[in-house]
Amino acid sequence: MRISIDLERCEGHGRCYSLAPALVEPDDIGNGCVVGDGNVPPDQMDNARQAEANCPERAVILEEQD
Amino acid sequence: MSEHPPVRDWTTDFDHTDEAWAADPFPIWDELRRTCPVAHSDRYGGTWLPTRHEDVAAIAYDTENFTSRSVVVTNYRPPNIAPRGIAPPISSDPPFHAGARRILLPLMSPQVIAKWEPSTREYCESLVDDLRGRDVIDAAQEYAQHIPVRVIARLLGFPEDDADLFRGFVHHVLEQVTLPLEQRFLGMQDLFEYLRAQVQDHIQNPRDDLTTAMLNAEMDGEPVGMEHVGGTVALLLLAGIDTTWSAIGASIWHLAGNPGDRERLLAEPELLPTAIEEFLRAYAPVTMARLVKHDMDWNGCPMKADDWILLSFPSANRDPAFFENADEVILDRQDNRHAAFGLGIHRCAGSHLARMELRVALEVFLDAFPVFHLEDPSAVRWSGGQVRGPRALPLRIG
Ligand code: HEM
Ligand code: SF4
Repeated sequence: MRISIDLERCEGHGRCYSLAPALVEPDDIGNGCVVGDGNVPPDQMDNARQAEANCPERAVILEEQD
Repeated sequence: MSEHPPVRDWTTDFDHTDEAWAADPFPIWDELRRTCPVAHSDRYGGTWLPTRHEDVAAIAYDTENFTSRSVVVTNYRPPNIAPRGIAPPISSDPPFHAGARRILLPLMSPQVIAKWEPSTREYCESLVDDLRGRDVIDAAQEYAQHIPVRVIARLLGFPEDDADLFRGFVHHVLEQVTLPLEQRFLGMQDLFEYLRAQVQDHIQNPRDDLTTAMLNAEMDGEPVGMEHVGGTVALLLLAGIDTTWSAIGASIWHLAGNPGDRERLLAEPELLPTAIEEFLRAYAPVTMARLVKHDMDWNGCPMKADDWILLSFPSANRDPAFFENADEVILDRQDNRHAAFGLGIHRCAGSHLARMELRVALEVFLDAFPVFHLEDPSAVRWSGGQVRGPRALPLRIG
């Protein structure tokens, strides 16, 4: 799975980096910023899903990969 | 006041300052969502109230048809000080808004706010120390109220002893909205006189705080100007006090009335951040406002230029079409896209600060008073208007 942030929608609520700190970090204005290449390791799947399910702006995007 | 008789019919004549709304607005919103999801009232010169999440979100995102020129519903319409508005960025519309907000966000980012956590905790601890040993305390007046005042005074670099003054200003601007224009104006003048003196002091003695940072701020290579500085500083003072006080108070009120939830938080302290988001959803304290920009038909509603929109994030947060079991407080709710801090470009710039204050305030309170109950449920009093929270909250501790 890959995680990314839709920068057009992100308004810096910060739910993503609170719930998935290993995957997303805040930039200097508090918007979400993906750490590394966005690949979600198996032990971070739950956190990634939570980040997605709690973003009020629907700006956290998860994509399944094969 | 004769202008504000009690509301008889919420679908045609609602008033957010009515006592019934303050005491228990949830059944009112539930009923409106079912029967009249965008209600209209002639009060305040014409006001619309969307209660579904879908409509609240659509209006929050629509800056073409709705303006933030004023976000507090009163009987009069403020002058159009375009593009800034009286208190940027909350009163600004695009494109000016983005620049005004850009100045503020780095000053209140999660990284910056984290530095204020130890002193906030210390202050909360000093408050509970003063309450220990008593049988009954007022958690709204003797605890929750003081925290945001002290914290924002420190961030702005204002004298901490002026706390009572700040609270007076906030009360006047946000709660006394039904006063005649002249009296509203006089109260605002007091606030601006006070701020002028503080800003002058910062010009003469620059220091490491938010007020000095605003004085040094630039937009398009130019200093932002004194009106802008004053407006933003006023906003920070006004936006952060009643709101956070309400959120802390409502959370404590919930735990006082639901011992099972209180015991669960004591047993599973790691649940607190999730529980806080649920308190913010269920008891969202802040309703915003917009003005309609021009006559239009909005989804079948005949809106007129300068009609108010009461933008009820609290009602959106209780919409069963958007949240499962919307009317239940579920401490470990997993999916919670709540809108307590707004939606879109005006997302609360103080949300990281507010969340830190809320978490620290609850941690310290639960640690000091693991057992507490409502002393007299009928003595609990809630503020009405656009910021709703407990203003009297007598608790029996121990
Ligand atoms: C639990 C406490 C709080 C709640 C529920 C809350 C809620 C909100 C909401 C709903 C908005 C959106 C306004 C709109 O859409 O027009 C907002 C904006 C704002 N809030 Fe808060 N707020 C809280 C605490 C704070 C604090 C502590 C501060 C800072 C001292 C603050 C500063 C601001 C500012 C500056 C804006 C304007 C942002 C903009 O227009 O770009 N708030 N707040
Ligand atoms: S939760 Fe959503 S809006 Fe908030 S910072 Fe993350 S991506 Fe942005």
